[in-house]
Amino acid sequence: MAGIERRKLIALAIAFALACALPFFIGNYRVFQFTLVLAYAIALLGLNMLTGYNGQISLGHGAFYAIGAYTAAILMDKAGMPYWMTIPIAGAVCMVAGFLFGLPALRLEGLYLALATFALGVAMPQILKHKSLEHWTGGVQGIVIVKPDAPEGLGLSQDQWLYFFTLAWVVVMFFVGWNLLRGRIGRAMVAIRDQPVAAQAMGVNTSLVKSLTFGVSALYTGVAGALGSIAIQFVAPDSFNIFLSITLVVGVVIGGLASISGAIYGAFFIQFIPNVADQISKAAPWAIYGIFLLAFMYAMPTGVAGFVRILRARLRR
Amino acid sequence: MEQLTHQILSGLATGGIYASLALALVMIYQATHLVNFAQGEMAMFATYLAWALLQAGVPYWGAFAITVASAFVLGVVIERVIIRPVEDSPILVIVIVFIALLVIFNSVAGWIFSYTIKPFPSPFPAQPLFGNSYVSSHELGSTAITLVVLLLLFVFFRFTPLGLAMRAAAQNPVSSRLVGIRVGWMLALGWGLAAAIGAVAGMMVAPTVFLEPNMMGGVLLYAFAGALLGGIDSPGGAVLGGFIVGVLENVVGAYVGTELKLTLALVVIVGVLVVRPSGMFGRVNVVRV
Amino acid sequence: MSAAAPPGARLLEVRGLHAQYGPTKVLHGLDFDVAEGGITTILGANGAGKTTTLRAVCNMVRTEGQIVLAGARIDGLATENIVRKGVAHVPDGRGTFLNLSVEENLRLGAYTRRDRSQVETDFERVYGYFPRLKERRHQQAGTLSGGEQQMLAVSRALMLRPRLLLLDEPSFGLAPMVVQHLFEIFRTINAQDRIGMLLVEQNASMALRLAQHAYLLETGRVVVSGPAEAIRNDETVRRSYLGY
Repeated sequence: MAGIERRKLIALAIAFALACALPFFIGNYRVFQFTLVLAYAIALLGLNMLTGYNGQISLGHGAFYAIGAYTAAILMDKAGMPYWMTIPIAGAVCMVAGFLFGLPALRLEGLYLALATFALGVAMPQILKHKSLEHWTGGVQGIVIVKPDAPEGLGLSQDQWLYFFTLAWVVVMFFVGWNLLRGRIGRAMVAIRDQPVAAQAMGVNTSLVKSLTFGVSALYTGVAGALGSIAIQFVAPDSFNIFLSITLVVGVVIGGLASISGAIYGAFFIQFIPNVADQISKAAPWAIYGIFLLAFMYAMPTGVAGFVRILRARLRR
Repeated sequence: MEQLTHQILSGLATGGIYASLALALVMIYQATHLVNFAQGEMAMFATYLAWALLQAGVPYWGAFAITVASAFVLGVVIERVIIRPVEDSPILVIVIVFIALLVIFNSVAGWIFSYTIKPFPSPFPAQPLFGNSYVSSHELGSTAITLVVLLLLFVFFRFTPLGLAMRAAAQNPVSSRLVGIRVGWMLALGWGLAAAIGAVAGMMVAPTVFLEPNMMGGVLLYAFAGALLGGIDSPGGAVLGGFIVGVLENVVGAYVGTELKLTLALVVIVGVLVVRPSGMFGRVNVVRV
Repeated sequence: MSAAAPPGARLLEVRGLHAQYGPTKVLHGLDFDVAEGGITTILGANGAGKTTTLRAVCNMVRTEGQIVLAGARIDGLATENIVRKGVAHVPDGRGTFLNLSVEENLRLGAYTRRDRSQVETDFERVYGYFPRLKERRHQQAGTLSGGEQQMLAVSRALMLRPRLLLLDEPSFGLAPMVVQHLFEIFRTINAQDRIGMLLVEQNASMALRLAQHAYLLETGRVVVSGPAEAIRNDETVRRSYLGY
C-alpha cells in the first residue's frame, strides 16, 4: 500500500471500524439515513472525478443516478433479478450512457457544458414519465422495490444488512477510484483540467480521456443510484429532478473538489443539513439551507476537505 | 391565418419578456463570464414587492416605479455584499452562491407571501385595442413596455459616459482601472440594472402566469434559450433570440401541444450548443495557444 | 556613477520598492525619483523588472515600499484611485479597449474629468498630434495597426491631463519613423505642459536622448543611476549594460 502514510492508514482503519460499529448503536431509521450517506458518497466521488479532477462541470448527474436507480428497479421488478446482481449492471449501463453523452459534450466547455448537462437534468423526469416508456418505468407512479432480507444466521435487520452491503460497495468503489486517480489516467485527467493544450501536445488523447472520465463518473453515480433506490425501495420520476443534480454539485463543492475524502464530507452535508435546516425553521427551511451554503462558501471555499488540509498544515507547524 | 397572426403577436409579447431577461443575463455574463441563475427568483421577489404595495393601496405606476427602484438597490447590495467576497473564487464556488441566492429568495417569498397562487393586475385595459382579435391590450402594452426598457438601455450604454464605463469595465477591467473606473462599482451597477430589468419582466409576466414563488422558473429557462440562441455575449443577439424563442414557443405550443413547451426550450438550448455554441451573433472563441 | 537625485522639486519619490508576483519576488528595494516636469528613464534587459516597476507604482502587483506623488503617499491606494490623482499609465501591450471605437477609447481616458469644455480641447490637441487617429476615430480600436494603437494608448493617457505619465516600452514593435514621431510628441508635451514622465524602454539610445535622468535595472535592483547625458557618454556602462 505504498503512498499512504501510516498515520492516514490508522485514521482510515479507525473510521472503518466506527462505520462498522455504527448500525448496532442506532435505530433502523438512522441506519437507513447513513446508508443513503454511503450511496451519496459514491455518487459524489463519481461527480468529483469529472468536475474536480477533470474540470468538466455537470449540472445533470442526477440523470445518471436515475438511470442507475431505474436499471436496478426494472431488473428486479421485471426480470426478477436478485438485488445484488443489479448493481454492477446498473454501473455498466450508466458507463455506456455517460460515455455516449460525453462524446458530443467534448465540443463544449465551461458554461456551455454546464447548460447542456443542466438541460439533461431537467429533461430526465419528463423522459421517465413518457408514455412510450411507461411499460418499463411504471410512468408517474414509478416502481416499488421489495426490500431484500439479510442472509440467514447473521442476525441483522434488513436496514443493517443493506447498510453493510452498501458499505462494502463504498470500500470497493473508493479503493478502485483512489488507484485510478493516482495512476496515469488520473494524472491525464488533471493535466487536461489544468492545461488542456499542453496535455494534448504531450500526447494525451484528450478526447478519449474526457469521454472515459464522463463514463466512469456516470458509472459511479449509477451504482450509487442503484444502491440508493434499493434502500428507499422506490423509484419515481419526480425524485430525480433537477434538484438532485444541483444537490450533487453542492455536495461535491462543499465536500471539496478534487478530493476523495471530500465525497464523504459532502455526502453527510447533503443528507443531513436539509434536516437541520428544517429543524431550525419549519417555515423557510430552504432559506436556511441557502444560508448554510453561503456560510460554507465564504468560510471554506475549498470545501471541508480543503479546510481539513489547511488545519492539518497549521497544526503541523 | 388569423390564428397564426394571433400566435405570432402573442409570441412577440412573451418574447419581449424573454428578451429583457436575456439581456439581463447577458449583461452579467459580459462582466463576469457567469450566468446568474438567481435572476428569475430575484424578479419574482420584486414582483411580490409590487403586489404588496398594490395591496397597500399604492396606485399601479407608483408601485411599478418603487419596485423597479427597490430592485435596482437590491441588485447593487447583493453584488457588493454577497458576490464580492467570492468574486475571485473558482467558478463552482460562485455557482453555489448563485444557487444559494436562488433557494433563499424562493423560500423567503413563500414564507412571507405563502405559496397560494395570487392574481396580479395588469395596468392595461381588459378590452383589446379597437376590439381586434389578434392581440390583447396587455400583450400590446407589455411589448411596448419591454421595448421602451430595451431602448432606454441601448441609449444608456451607447451614449452616456457611465454606460461607456460599464461596457469598458466588462470588456477589460485592467485597462478600465487605468482610466480611473471603479470596476467594482460598475459590476454592482450592472447587477442593479439586471435586477431592475427582471422586476419589469416579472410584473409584465405575472398577470398571465399568476403570482407564485415558482412562476419565473419556466420564464428563466426560455430567457436562457433566447440568450444562447442570440449569443451569450451579444446583447443585441440575446434580445433578438428572446423574441424568436417567444414566437417559437407560442406557435409550436399552439400546433403541437402545451405539455411539450418546456421540452422546446430544452431542444433549443441543446440544439444551439451542439450546432453553434456561440449563437447567432456571439463571438466564436478562438483561443490562442 | 553617483546616485544623486535629480535637482528641483520631486514629482515622484520612490523608496524601498519591493514587488512580487505570487511567491516570486521581482523587485528588491528600488529607490528612484522623477523631477517635477522632468523625464526619467528606467533601462535594463528583459526580465530586469522594468514593467513590474511601473505596475508597482500603480499598485497593480503586490508591493511594499514608499511611493510619494507630489508630497502625498500613494502606495496602498487602489489603482483607480492612483489614476485619479493624475497618474496615467500606458501599459505594455497598450491596453486598448479593442471592441470600442477610437473616440470611445479617448473619451474613457477623460472619464474622471469634470471639465467638459477642456476635454473637447484636449480631443483637438490629441488629434493634432496624431492626425491618423482623427481619420479613424469611429473605427474599432482592434482594427488599428500596431503603431496606431500605440498612438491611441498614449493619447488616451493624455486625455487624463496627467501630472505623471508612465510609459512602458512605447517603442516596442514600431517602425523607426513612428518611434521618432512618438518621441517628438513626448518632448513636446513635456516642454509645453510640464508633464513628468517615467519612461521604461528597451531602446536605450532613444530613451537617453529624451530623458534627463536614468536608472539601470538588473534583476530587480538599480545598478547604475545618474544624468542621462553622462550615461550616454559612458562607453563602459553602455557596453556592459545597454549593449551598444
